[in-house]
Amino acid sequence: MPDIHDKKVKKLERVALQIREDIIKMLVTAGSGHSAGPLGMVDIFTAFYFHILHHNPKKPDWPDRDRLILSNGHMARAGYFPKSWLKTLRKFGSPLQGHPERKRLPGVETTSGPLGSGLGQAAGLAYAARMDGKKWRTYCLMSDGEQEAGITWEAALFAGRNKLSNLTGVIDRNNIQIDGMTEDIMPLEPLREKYEAFGWHVLEVGGHNIGQFVEAVEESKSIFEKPTVIIAHTIPGRGVSFMEKRFEWHGNPPGTISPSNNPPPDEQTRIALHDLRTLDGKIISEHQ
Amino acid sequence: MIEKPTRDGYGQGLIEAGRANPKVVVLCADLTESTRSLGFKKEFPDRFVQIGVSEQSMAVIAAGMALAGKIPFISSYAVFSPGRNWEQIRTNIALNDVNVKIAGAHAGVSVGPDGATHQALEDLATMRVLSNMVVLYPCDMHEARKATLAAAQFQGPVYLRFAREKSPIFTTPEMPFKIGRAEILFDSGRRGRPDVALVACGPLLYEALLAAEILRQKKITARVINNHTVKPMDEKTILTAAHDCGAIVTVEEHQVQGGMGSRVAEILAAHKPTPMEFVGMPDRYGESGEPRELLEAFHLTAPWIVKAAVKVIKRKYV
Repeated sequence: MPDIHDKKVKKLERVALQIREDIIKMLVTAGSGHSAGPLGMVDIFTAFYFHILHHNPKKPDWPDRDRLILSNGHMARAGYFPKSWLKTLRKFGSPLQGHPERKRLPGVETTSGPLGSGLGQAAGLAYAARMDGKKWRTYCLMSDGEQEAGITWEAALFAGRNKLSNLTGVIDRNNIQIDGMTEDIMPLEPLREKYEAFGWHVLEVGGHNIGQFVEAVEESKSIFEKPTVIIAHTIPGRGVSFMEKRFEWHGNPPGTISPSNNPPPDEQTRIALHDLRTLDGKIISEHQ
Repeated sequence: MIEKPTRDGYGQGLIEAGRANPKVVVLCADLTESTRSLGFKKEFPDRFVQIGVSEQSMAVIAAGMALAGKIPFISSYAVFSPGRNWEQIRTNIALNDVNVKIAGAHAGVSVGPDGATHQALEDLATMRVLSNMVVLYPCDMHEARKATLAAAQFQGPVYLRFAREKSPIFTTPEMPFKIGRAEILFDSGRRGRPDVALVACGPLLYEALLAAEILRQKKITARVINNHTVKPMDEKTILTAAHDCGAIVTVEEHQVQGGMGSRVAEILAAHKPTPMEFVGMPDRYGESGEPRELLEAFHLTAPWIVKAAVKVIKRKYV
């Protein structure tokens, strides 16, 4: 592991675990929101905000910062703010809107939520950075569901045609979307070959393996004259036993629904937090 | 009378804005010549971005470039941009409040032979309902140039509406243009109390001036207002006209529903209810034909503005 040592990875994994707990708590307080996706993307977020990005949380508008565009805005409120704000998620007057808004929250690069619009914005940022000879990189986190949107492929054409090697896309390949499994609703495979045909360099990694993910991002920086997309295979709901791989938990917080073979709603929050508090080491050990 | 299309003024304005500010960039969706983006491309090839037939992507790429400090102008026909990419404009440009300018060419039935698919009649409505969006509809080539320059200097999203067909140049390069300020071009009223106000925007403003002349021959006095800023509209000038004239005719090459006239009606209903007539497209699509032929067929020319004025004067509150 040339770019990141084991000790650092272990530290990041502990951060990810704490974030998982916070996600459950904030969703329960909000009473609505997305559970499975955010739990599945925690490790990638942690890798970005606590290791990969060149940024300064005290100066969110530092001009030379790396840009991270969250195309699938339902995933998270990734920004810089006091932890106490988490409990205001989705409430009236909160900087933490149901889907992130640029002008309300420091560190949010752009307003997102409607799927498919992130990759084009990221491509626009990367194009402008290159025009100005800037060294910062643009990253774009996408869901797999939004690969069904035509605009995603318009942007993929543009980035490929313009050889935007300062752009790295990440697809959260968790195989679920609101109505079910992606391959049942509108099959995306072969996804790797699609992006390759559009002129992209494609990498595939385990999305809960922080070390492997960081290495893939490092590799993307060295690719010449091509944008890179990292297909990160994740498990939706990762860390909460009854949510894992269940599309029913895409748009619902604990305590609100009772899919088959799940604990009763009034037990869900307790079990979720219990799962997470006893998780230490589980996600880590599976990498080894 | 010299005639040129307003899109020519856009092309000229782009070049001047590009010279004045290196942040200005132009994106185009495969219509470089007909949207008049070609001159900018020739002078600033490194600041021109070809997007291809991808209007949705053009809107979000421009949003991204604006986030990196650029001032992007996105160019296409109005039916495609802001037609096809409305949600991208709403979320990523207007709600996001980024500095992108949207130029919709070939608006109105005067597009002519291309027919209804290419004649945008709804774009003023769909843009003026977006918070943060400024909506400009210049009346001739000179004003189109000024509107383009004003848009480049303005911080925030702007929609600019242009026409394909050549139309009379009746303003001068020296006349003032300020976003949000309507201009009175003509007033034949005695003691500042004309019989009717003709509130127009876009190239049909010329027809409104012709109508005022016909009305003068009929001993009817009129005030003609160039209402180029559809949003934020100059409420003061509109309310003053309502007070002075007591009757208003709006004129636009756009659907009556939701357009400039609708905004005038909103202002009057809230502050000073006044009889109005609307000259515009009456809830129907255009069709193929010669531009002049279509304007006449859809009752958008001076004689029809005169009819509307006579009608609204009869409806005045006593």
